[in-house]
Order: sequence, then C-alpha cells, then structure tokens
Amino acid sequence: MAKREVGEINAGSMADIAFLLLIFFLVTTTMDVDTGIARQLPPIPEDKQQTSEEINQRNIFIVLINAQDRLLVNGKPMNVEILREETKIFIKNAANSPKLPVKEAAFVEALGKEIMISQGIISLRNDRGTTYGRYIEVQNELVAAYTELRNDAAFEYFGKRSYDDLSEKEQEAVRQIYPQRISEAEPKNIGGK
Amino acid sequence: MSKFGKKKKKGAPAMSTASLPDIVFMILFFFMVTTVMREVELKVELTNSDLPQATEIKKLEKKSLVSYIYVGKPRKNFERMYGTEPRIQLNSAFAELSDIYEYILAERAQRDEAEVPFMTTSLKVHQDTRMGIVTDIKQELRKASALKINYSARKGQ
Repeated sequence: MAKREVGEINAGSMADIAFLLLIFFLVTTTMDVDTGIARQLPPIPEDKQQTSEEINQRNIFIVLINAQDRLLVNGKPMNVEILREETKIFIKNAANSPKLPVKEAAFVEALGKEIMISQGIISLRNDRGTTYGRYIEVQNELVAAYTELRNDAAFEYFGKRSYDDLSEKEQEAVRQIYPQRISEAEPKNIGGK
Repeated sequence: MSKFGKKKKKGAPAMSTASLPDIVFMILFFFMVTTVMREVELKVELTNSDLPQATEIKKLEKKSLVSYIYVGKPRKNFERMYGTEPRIQLNSAFAELSDIYEYILAERAQRDEAEVPFMTTSLKVHQDTRMGIVTDIKQELRKASALKINYSARKGQ
C-alpha cells in the first residue's frame, strides 16, 4: 500500500505570484476620477425667424472675452479676480437698484411665501482666439458666483451651512430663488449660414 | 548544556508566512477593482496637468455613458503627418469636425435607448487651445443634439 498521506503543497510561491499580479495592477492603475464643469448646451432653434424674447437691457450681464484673454463686462474692462463678486452683486441686486436686474415676486412652495426673484441673465461671449483655459476660468467664476449665492440662500432660509446640505425639496426652492441663467451667445460665424 | 540550547530554539519559532498571500491578494483585489484601464491611446498632447483648473467641478457619473472628445496638439511622432495645430481625437484616431456627428450617433447606437438622455460628452481640451475649435465642436454637438457636456477640468486652488 502506498502512503495515503498527501504531502502539503508548498504555498510559499503563492505570495510571489500574487505580488507579480499586484505590481502589474499597481503600474497600470490610474486613480484619477474624471471631473469637470457640467454644462447644458442650448438646442439649435428650429425656426430661424424665431425672435428671441425681448430682454430688458438692465437684466443682462454681458461678459466678453477677447482674443487677448481680456474681459469686458457690461462695457467696462474687468479683472477676472473680481468677476465673481461683481456677478454676485449683479444677480442679487440687494439694494433694488434701477440699474441692476428687475425683481419679480414668485411663490416658493417650500417656504410658503413669496420671494423677490432676480431676473438677471449672464451672457457669455468669447472670441475664436480666446484660450480655452481662460474660458473655463471665467465659466468657473460665474458658476462659483451662483454657488455662493445659493449657499447664502441656504443659510438665510433654511439655516444650513451650504446648498449641498439641503434636502431635495429645499434645493429645488433655492434653485428657484437663484436659477442659474448663463447663456452663451450664438457664435457669429454660424449665423451667416 | 544541550537542554539549554534546545529551549532557546523552541522559544523563537519561524514566523509563519502562510497569511502573506492572503494579505497580498487583498491588496491585489483592491487594485483590480479600482483600476481603470486606459481604453484609448492618446494621440494628442494631453496630460492631466494640461487640463484647465476649476473649483466648481463635479464628478462624472456613469462612466459607461460618457463619450470623450480630445483636443490638443498632435504628439511629437504625429507632427510630421498632422502638423502642430490642435486637432480633434475621437476614440483612438484623429478626426475632422464633420466626424463628430457620426461619432455621437455611433456612440448613441451602442447604448440602450432608455440611457440615451443621460449620455454625456466629456470635452478634454488642452488649456492653451483657442476657443475657435471648441466652439465648432459645440456647434456639432448641438446639431447631433448631444447637449449634456462636461468641460473636463482638474481641481484647482
């Protein structure tokens, strides 16, 4: 009779194999998560004759970026560092100035009362020569202005520290109070077609 | 004497390395799960540090529903064929502006119909690129009604 005892398999090399695989995955791994600024493009208007609705001049905040990456905001040159603050002042129109956007009362359900909502629109136009980096920087500042306003509103109406801490319903209310209206002008070269 | 020596040997047994493979396997599985293989070979000059910086960034959800458009200067070894002007790369080949429409339709055809409204196009553009080409791409995307876009940016400041 042969010996029934099965010799133990030497598992010493198992670690080596595992290490080999581990090193392979370590090398090929890219941990970066894709992040970016989410935006929604406007659909192409179906009717060419469609007249864009009349927008009160005082409701528009025009941001132009030229080919030298310089900013022109409502006809005045501006540094990108103060764009965020200026945008906030414009949208908020705290003092109800006649030069800043019209405010219209609207009923906010989550609060159960009427709130004056600013009708301000930000119009962003860039040159074909603008660098992408500057364009994103400006976009970022504009979105940041809205984020800060919404955080303020979250604190003012709901006593929460930031917009992200709010519940789904409360967020909707804040979005209603500060709707993100960033419009990008149709590029000029397309209009000719 | 011999008794003394024997005792000492018994006091320090060899450490068992039997659990070492388990530990290594654990780390291995972690990396296997988190790993994202680079699915396309970049032909344009575009490293992570070439993307613009932003603070208001959001994570891209549902990677399977994202189509990528890369824009940047061709890499050194493609310079002779494609010049040094920024070019568009779709999948793993250089493309023209007019190819974007087809690309979006092809991407859409691969997905389930119910998922189509959630499809996002991620624009990975070198920060020194001029906006002209980006504007053209955006117009093409509008034509293809791929309206959800994401300007790829890395966390800054």
